Amino acid sequence: MALLDLSDVTVSIGALTPLDRIAFSIEAGEIIGVVGESGSGKSLTAMAVMGLLPLIGGRITSGAVRFADVELNRLPERDYRALRGRRIALISQNPMTSLDPIRRVGEQIDQVSMMHLGLGTEQARLRSVDMMRQLRIPEADVVHGNYPHQLSGGMKQRIVIAMALAADPELIVADEPTTALDVTIQAQIIQIMVEMARRKNVALMLITHDMGVVAQACDRVVVLYAGRVAETGSVERIFAAPRHPYTKSLIGCIPVEGLPPGGLKGIDGVVPGVANYPTGCRFHPRCSLAQDRCKIEAPLLRALDEGAAACHLAGDPP
Amino acid sequence: MTVPSSALGRLLRTPRGLGAAIVLAIIVLAAILAPVIAPYDYAAQNLRNANMDPGALHWLGTDEFGRDLFSRIIYGARTSLTVGVTSISISMVCGMALGAAAGYFGGAFDRVVTMVVDLSWSFPEILLALILIAILGPGLASTMIAISIAYLAQFTRLTRAQVMALKSETYVEATISLGAGSGHVLFRHLLPNAVTPVIVAGMLATGDAIILEATLGFFGLGAQPPTPSWGAMMSSGTAQIFIAPWIIIFPGLAIAITVIAINLFGDALIDALDIRQRLREG
Repeated sequence: MALLDLSDVTVSIGALTPLDRIAFSIEAGEIIGVVGESGSGKSLTAMAVMGLLPLIGGRITSGAVRFADVELNRLPERDYRALRGRRIALISQNPMTSLDPIRRVGEQIDQVSMMHLGLGTEQARLRSVDMMRQLRIPEADVVHGNYPHQLSGGMKQRIVIAMALAADPELIVADEPTTALDVTIQAQIIQIMVEMARRKNVALMLITHDMGVVAQACDRVVVLYAGRVAETGSVERIFAAPRHPYTKSLIGCIPVEGLPPGGLKGIDGVVPGVANYPTGCRFHPRCSLAQDRCKIEAPLLRALDEGAAACHLAGDPP
Repeated sequence: MTVPSSALGRLLRTPRGLGAAIVLAIIVLAAILAPVIAPYDYAAQNLRNANMDPGALHWLGTDEFGRDLFSRIIYGARTSLTVGVTSISISMVCGMALGAAAGYFGGAFDRVVTMVVDLSWSFPEILLALILIAILGPGLASTMIAISIAYLAQFTRLTRAQVMALKSETYVEATISLGAGSGHVLFRHLLPNAVTPVIVAGMLATGDAIILEATLGFFGLGAQPPTPSWGAMMSSGTAQIFIAPWIIIFPGLAIAITVIAINLFGDALIDALDIRQRLREG
């Protein structure tokens, strides 16, 4: 049984439906990349898994989110709270603002294990310092007593990662964990996260818009476009033979060595806003292969030999 | 933690902050050490020495009952500071609780609180305090209650605004996503972050509260005789204003110096903490 399973999850915020029948699953210990441009629904998917939709006035209107043996979308808030941080943890986008500015960073890590594992102050501190060492934070016992403003962005994100790992969760949802960081330390942070996930056998749902990161770190990929799943599959298959034109375009956006100047392709147009999604396949206005059928009929997510794709043309490899 | 020591250091390095701090320290010390400092019993009457000029025997002169003014002013500082600090503390604690709950939970509770706050905000504090004392009857205790209620709206409003702004900070969401409940979020993260501007506002309000206490005392609604209160002393001095003007001048100066010192200190604190903008949000 999958550790996390989303089956046809539809999310509404007021009259809008920003997520439409999202379906994918994550196995225990697996690292899965959720990719897509801004506005494709990546962060909302994370919030749906974390049960944080009410914070932004959203809710799951149909479908189910299952985590191990628990049906999350039916879980009372009280039980959800016990689960958050303990079994599923979130690493949010911006380490600069994810830490309380007036509390020592170490305390903020301690707090998680004290809350969930019932540790005493001293035990929690030792555990946090150990975790910080594993995350290669130099002078961990000194940093433990520092305030967020005394640390660099990369260090802060390591603290946030330590908080997520503090209670030994089974799944970590990382929502663009490196977007706010300097390019020079992005790779480092991703590497540390992947290393920790592998070592502790924690499943990682890595949300990113960077296909390069996916290629480097993940086992499987979920490509989202305009609130729908465009394609899922193993990293090898997706990169070797993308079935959805959108996936293909995303891969085209990765800068590679030896590219002539101006040779880097973008994708024309922008992701449509949630209030004016096009009919049929939502990618059709930007798709070079679009046919009449694509404008009218929304393609279903069909299982392929490896993974799934939602494209009328996906039967024949492009 | 709430007022970082570095900010206090910055404050004391400015002449304004240092001066205000020294004056305040003297006033507070005088109030605490009143029994040691005061040369006479503040209530001891000596009608033969009534309305004496300031001089070697009575530094600031005597009032119409021959009581030593200097002693009375020092004891009056006790009354003023006690009323000011106590009532504003009560007001701050209650206002923070109300404002935090309203700002954090929102909904119907927030609407009711906001409405009551706006309503009481539309009355001047003095009017509100007078109405309350009319209900409670004059005296020291009712003065404190009246002043605390008169300033409640201000702290409720400020805390509510702070909490609402902080609520949407990423670290709050991050804490919730790691399993923290409302109590934890409110008491460990929101209130500690919201408290600094509220404390400074409380500092400034203490000055206002001292004036309000003096005003109520002037009308005879505050501390009852023989307890010395600056306001009541001024009031009794009005009858002697042409014979012994110092009876009204010295308590008046005491009020002015105390309140100016508090305001300057609070103002310097605002600059040292760099929170002028946050205070306006309320």
